[in-house]
Amino acid sequence: MKIAVPLDENRTEVCVSFGRAPYMLFRDTQKNTEEILPNPAADVEGGAGLKAAQFVVDQGAQALITVRCGENAAQVLQAAEIAIYHSQGGAARSDLAALEEGKLPLLTSFHAGFHGIL
Amino acid sequence: MRTAVLSGKGGTGKTFLSVNLAAAAGRSVYIDCDVEEPNGRIFLKPEAVRSSVVTTPLPEFAPELCDGCRKCVDFCRFHALVFLKETPRVFPDVCHACGGCGLVCPRQAVSWKERPIGVVEEGRKGGVRVVTGILNTGEASAVGVIRAALAACRQDDCPVIIDCPPGSSCSVMESVSQADYCLLSAEPTAFGFDNFRMVHQLVQLLGKPCGVVINKAGVPYQPLEEYCIREKLSILARIPYQPHLASLTAEGRLAVEEDPAVREIFEDLLGKLSKEERK
Repeated sequence: MKIAVPLDENRTEVCVSFGRAPYMLFRDTQKNTEEILPNPAADVEGGAGLKAAQFVVDQGAQALITVRCGENAAQVLQAAEIAIYHSQGGAARSDLAALEEGKLPLLTSFHAGFHGIL
Repeated sequence: MRTAVLSGKGGTGKTFLSVNLAAAAGRSVYIDCDVEEPNGRIFLKPEAVRSSVVTTPLPEFAPELCDGCRKCVDFCRFHALVFLKETPRVFPDVCHACGGCGLVCPRQAVSWKERPIGVVEEGRKGGVRVVTGILNTGEASAVGVIRAALAACRQDDCPVIIDCPPGSSCSVMESVSQADYCLLSAEPTAFGFDNFRMVHQLVQLLGKPCGVVINKAGVPYQPLEEYCIREKLSILARIPYQPHLASLTAEGRLAVEEDPAVREIFEDLLGKLSKEERK
């Protein structure tokens, strides 16, 4: 399974924003490999959540771990059958470990978007 | 003569100025472009109201024609398109109906479907033609409804008053687009002044001539007075802060019809406006 996690500038902690995260970590659990890629949606003017979701879909991920996620991005991820897990915050590593142990809850509520207002 | 009334900050009296100007003018057109919360009609009470639906085009993608080149998805600067399961999919709230996806598609797979986003109501009260743009609740962009409401601007044989939304973003820019003159409603407070400078910058950027009305005037707010002198902005009227004007407004009544002193201020303002617009 390929798992995506939005990362902060320090490339180790989970970023609170999905669409605007500077990096995206992709972990392949079968191959036991990890790759950190810049998020192409990080500084777009609008529609960052949709563009980030497209990126996660195109990378072939089957799961996403995130602190929060907007309704539009959630629609894309759900249509692509990508499971959305709720990050517990802090290091991406501990979230990944929790997911592999089956202890990470699914994210069930999605915000209506920030549209430039934080 | 088309005058847009704007202010930046909400609650400075855009609608108060607009409806009273329209009523004082006698024969006029009043256009409510504050389409998220249009309330000019509460004061003008139009009769024989007719309503027409406003739509915006939304792209549809023919799967049998689409070969998955993704040119449309890559072109969309609003990121309203996502490529999912071998076909582009549009997110209506994010789409700005620019038409770009249809232009870049090499296989003519894009067609257009009209999607309702609001209505424009039109009625009359005495000599005032009352046009109200009403955006459907939850719609992200007000521009389409404002544009449809502004079609009434084409009547140019009497004063047209355009009641703008608050702020200084896209919806305000669209609302003033057809105006010959911008009337800036200023509230003599720090917050009012800050927003006033923003809308002044906006109308300068758009090359629109403008003048100022100080509403809820009491003790002059010096930074605002000095700014108007420095920027050579004419203060066309000062409407004093009076509790009974607030009461009249709260009851949905027109101040020019109930208070002769206020009527005089608005008639004087109309005279000054027509002089300003001839400059």
